[in-house]
Amino acid sequence: MEGLLQVPFLTALLAGAVTAGIPLLLAGLGEQMSEKAGVLNVGIEGMMLGGAYAGFLTAISSGSIWLGFLAGACGGALVAVPMVILCVQRGLNQIVIGIGLTLGLEGLTAILHHVQFSRTYPRLARVETLPIPLLSDIPILGPALFDRHPFVYLAFLLVPALAILYRGTNFGLWLRAAGDRPAALDVTGIDVIATRTVAVIFTGLMAGLGGAFLANVGAGIFVPFMTHGDGFIGVVLAMLARGRAASVLAGAMIFGGCLSLTTAFQIAGVNVPTDVIQMLPFATVMVVLIVFGRQASLPVALGLPYVRGER
Amino acid sequence: MNTGEADGNVIAAVDAPTAEDGSGVIHILLLTVGPIVLALVISGALLLILGVNPLTYYAVVLERGLFTSLGLEQSITRMGPLLLVAAGLIVAFRAGIWNLGVDGQFLLGAVLAAASAPALAHALPPALVLLASAILAAIVGVVWSLLPALLRAYHGVNEIITTLMMTFLGTSLANVLVKLMFLDPATTVPQTRTLPVDDRLPRLFGTTINAGLLIGLLAIVGVQIMMAHTAFGLKLRTVGANPVAAAHAGLPVAWLTVLVFALSAGLIGLAGAVEVLGIQGNVRADWNPAYGLAVIPLVFLARLNGYAAIAFVFLFSVLSIGGESAARRVGVPTFFTLVLIALIMIILATVEYADQRARAGRAS
Amino acid sequence: MPADTLMAKPHARPQPLAAPLVALRGIGKRFANVVANESIDLELRAGEVHVLLGENGAGKSTLVALLSGLLQPDAGQIIVDGSPMRILSPGAALALGIGTVFQHVMLSPALTVAENLLLGQGWWRRPARAALDQAVGAIARDFGLNVDLDAVTGELSLGEQQQVEIIRGLLRQTRLLIFDESTSMLTPQGIEELGALMRRLVERGLAIVFITHKLDEARRFGDRITVLRLGRKVGEISSERLEALDDASAHQEIVSLMFETIKATGEAVVGKERKRVAMSGKPLLELRDITVTGQSGSTGIEAISLSVWPGEVLGIAGIDGNGQKLIAEAIAGQRRLDSGKITFGGIAIDNLDVGARRKLGIRYLTDDRLSEGSVAAFAVSANLLLKEIGKEPFWSRGFTRTAVIDVHANAQVKEFDVRTPSIRTPIGKLSGGNIQKALLARELFGDARLVIFSKPTYGLDYNNIVTSRRRIAEVGARGIAVILISTDLEEILALSDRIAVMSRGRIAGILENTGDARLAVGGLMVGGALEHG
Repeated sequence: MEGLLQVPFLTALLAGAVTAGIPLLLAGLGEQMSEKAGVLNVGIEGMMLGGAYAGFLTAISSGSIWLGFLAGACGGALVAVPMVILCVQRGLNQIVIGIGLTLGLEGLTAILHHVQFSRTYPRLARVETLPIPLLSDIPILGPALFDRHPFVYLAFLLVPALAILYRGTNFGLWLRAAGDRPAALDVTGIDVIATRTVAVIFTGLMAGLGGAFLANVGAGIFVPFMTHGDGFIGVVLAMLARGRAASVLAGAMIFGGCLSLTTAFQIAGVNVPTDVIQMLPFATVMVVLIVFGRQASLPVALGLPYVRGER
Repeated sequence: MNTGEADGNVIAAVDAPTAEDGSGVIHILLLTVGPIVLALVISGALLLILGVNPLTYYAVVLERGLFTSLGLEQSITRMGPLLLVAAGLIVAFRAGIWNLGVDGQFLLGAVLAAASAPALAHALPPALVLLASAILAAIVGVVWSLLPALLRAYHGVNEIITTLMMTFLGTSLANVLVKLMFLDPATTVPQTRTLPVDDRLPRLFGTTINAGLLIGLLAIVGVQIMMAHTAFGLKLRTVGANPVAAAHAGLPVAWLTVLVFALSAGLIGLAGAVEVLGIQGNVRADWNPAYGLAVIPLVFLARLNGYAAIAFVFLFSVLSIGGESAARRVGVPTFFTLVLIALIMIILATVEYADQRARAGRAS
Repeated sequence: MPADTLMAKPHARPQPLAAPLVALRGIGKRFANVVANESIDLELRAGEVHVLLGENGAGKSTLVALLSGLLQPDAGQIIVDGSPMRILSPGAALALGIGTVFQHVMLSPALTVAENLLLGQGWWRRPARAALDQAVGAIARDFGLNVDLDAVTGELSLGEQQQVEIIRGLLRQTRLLIFDESTSMLTPQGIEELGALMRRLVERGLAIVFITHKLDEARRFGDRITVLRLGRKVGEISSERLEALDDASAHQEIVSLMFETIKATGEAVVGKERKRVAMSGKPLLELRDITVTGQSGSTGIEAISLSVWPGEVLGIAGIDGNGQKLIAEAIAGQRRLDSGKITFGGIAIDNLDVGARRKLGIRYLTDDRLSEGSVAAFAVSANLLLKEIGKEPFWSRGFTRTAVIDVHANAQVKEFDVRTPSIRTPIGKLSGGNIQKALLARELFGDARLVIFSKPTYGLDYNNIVTSRRRIAEVGARGIAVILISTDLEEILALSDRIAVMSRGRIAGILENTGDARLAVGGLMVGGALEHG
């Protein structure tokens, strides 16, 4: 056990937390905007898979990781379109359609992968990092945080950007009103449907990026069902974050850390079963809910369609 | 957030058509069959793109899932656990509870049944072994839902989060149990000890179909009758549709909520037992049939009606059993069934919505 | 800021019968099975308070929705400044200068007042807080409105929220401001203030539409009155005519327009022979020093002691939100007591649940008919038995006996005159008055010994108010004890034997309902209110 507090272990843990946490961060940030606006987006798992597949396919055929991210974002947004049309504009049940999308994309990406690559699993080259001078030399923190692919920095920058959007702009107010009392937003002349559409498409973009990161940077390959519940974790992160982008970041890093513990333990030469470690983040959330349960608050109109003129 | 009944609807946000208006039943049938056909056509087009003749594929699926006695028996056998899961979900959804923790409850039930049955086989007669394992599995399911139930009932914590958390926890815990506690020392693959075929659920009428089917049918019909024709069912539906009105009417809302969770998770845990005691015989590590995501769409397609759910579960079983054969014969992966079910669900929801718009238009 | 522009407007007192700002021509609107509006013509002029008067279901609210862009008419034209306009969204209405103070306040409860007022601006901008402070300050000064911009909206009283809506209307360059049933949430004093405010607004050149179903408000605040009935305009009383008429004949004229068939008796109440209830015997219900803590900032109740005798109607008067509802819930068993004791018929019932208390004969007719009283999606027949689920003869060993339930439902629907297409119709589709009748049927079923009515006529139309009050009087006459909670002082005075006045969660006093009770009750209410404010 003496290996636990040494540099290699901590470095591996932190670096792993970031790698595993970025897809969760993106999914959680995306979902957060939908939930703020009153849309419970359970289709996010499907959006991540769509993004992962589109991103991977593009990256491997074009050789450009950035094109891959772009395609991933587009892929995720594309999956969000039916959600917008059916749930936001037509008011169909969000959970039913969301699960349908997740299920459909699980199948679709698996089949497409099967047809395209058959049983081979081509691998992307390890991505180049962009070390930030000075900062990347800090022990432990440096390699984990400041010697990464530029996309990682951008993902982290999204957190303050969204925080500013939510706290410092009128759009942030619109989102909250759309999730709390959509009619109150509508009568001020702001289009509730449009606000929610933006939010859901944004969720798709973020989830798609998260999926693309998972495939292109995290794993380097695409495997069917590879998101493995990450989207649902994103839903939970968003619900627990109570509207704050920074809380999503904290949650994503804690989850990511737990997911990377196994590898870190191996590096430290400690053998703890993966399954036990994988239970940690979920157990933590349950404990948090038991302790702070009463204070959990969600937008009032979450999951409810908005139809003008009806109450 | 409601599972639907509160607004008098299931899938779409407006009222579902009821059998009250004369042509109701036929109308609902049309509304159901139409989307299925449409989904088959669209996924057929997808197959064409993949370079597979859709007619060949569908023919193989039907043949292997429905028209050969072995295939039909397999399809029907698969219905047992699925029906139990469906019954559990219908109880929860009609009572306004989003139990999204199916996989955890199912797997833990399965693992405990798989661990207990071979262990008890020496001590008890076979029938009692099965009964005890099944009850144990149901209890484990209930236990696994207790925390979300109590949090929802007494603290108002959203059960979507908690049941999802518990399902992730449960899936990992099931693996831990298989790998560390109930490992069969006799095999190299990590799995529980295998229940001999003779000790499993009895076969029916000389077929390969086991008694799990009967348990499943009993459960779903029982649930349907309970929800539609008993005072208890009405109480649950009242809590689901309007908890404030339920409290006003003197119903013990918190207690009923806990009961709903227990019933739902108990049935799902039992489904795990039926799967293991009837079909698998053991649980391998990392095994997860992910019935939760598959059955949720089915019960919504069935508008949370138990009888309709039987039909949809049958359809799903045929598609998945046939799809497994077709994967080998035609080279289309089994995942295709997922796409098909997702398509049916989305199209059905859309058609139902369009139909309601049309009705509203006609009425005015 | 818009408010400045508004203030800067010249003191344009328009000539009577200037060109209308907004005119409706032949407006029609249908819903599934209901004609909400049919060929309505209306002219709204700057400098005029135009009252739309009518019963519930007369089509007033639909008209508001059409003007505010929430709905579109099926027929007819809306003409703004002389040219036909289609108001396709609330945004379009606002752009035309049409603002609305909605009956059901349209503010987001989770946002602060300031955030609510800032909602309708460019998405990328920082909420313009400083400018808002200034503009609201100006409005507050000019119109005597007062709100705390940093308060969370959901924590304000309904009256305060309504002020926020009015301010929102004034912040924009509103030319036509619609008040939809705005007095229903206000205290008598608040109503007077609203009347004065509308007067100030028209003097500044706004056009006002004031929607109400109360005759005296229409008469006192309106320059012109349009009466709607069953979706049609049945008459208009011009400002000249309104001035020429004396109170009684104006009243007579309006009432005859509103209810062709009903004799204008002048009072929508049942005359009551006040009886001396034998208070020498044992009271049926006794509350001794009960205290219940309010939830999330709402008023709790403290040290409430009162007794009710069989056959007595005890009125509980007070301004809304002073703890009346908590008393009802505590008696019905929906709230745990922090301290105190409740006895009913000599039995301590503090530890009994709602069902057990109902069995004893305690009935509670809630004012929240749709969210608390009924399950909107369930059939009328099921709602009639919502408090009897599982009981014989409607259920037998737990199984539903549909035939028995249907017979019961049909009988109840007939006896209580619930107008419904069928006993299987979801109760949510009925009008407020009919839901109220169904709930009354439910509460009076079986052996009722004490019935608590909470705001029994709130939101009902004239006909249903008359019917409901008659029912309450009958219930009392049958020897059943009645607790009547109402914010309508007239109602309390007309029906009660004794009157308890609530203020800030305490009973300010209990008096006999004698000739001079009105002044005393009013004094206790207002005294409490002043203290409160």
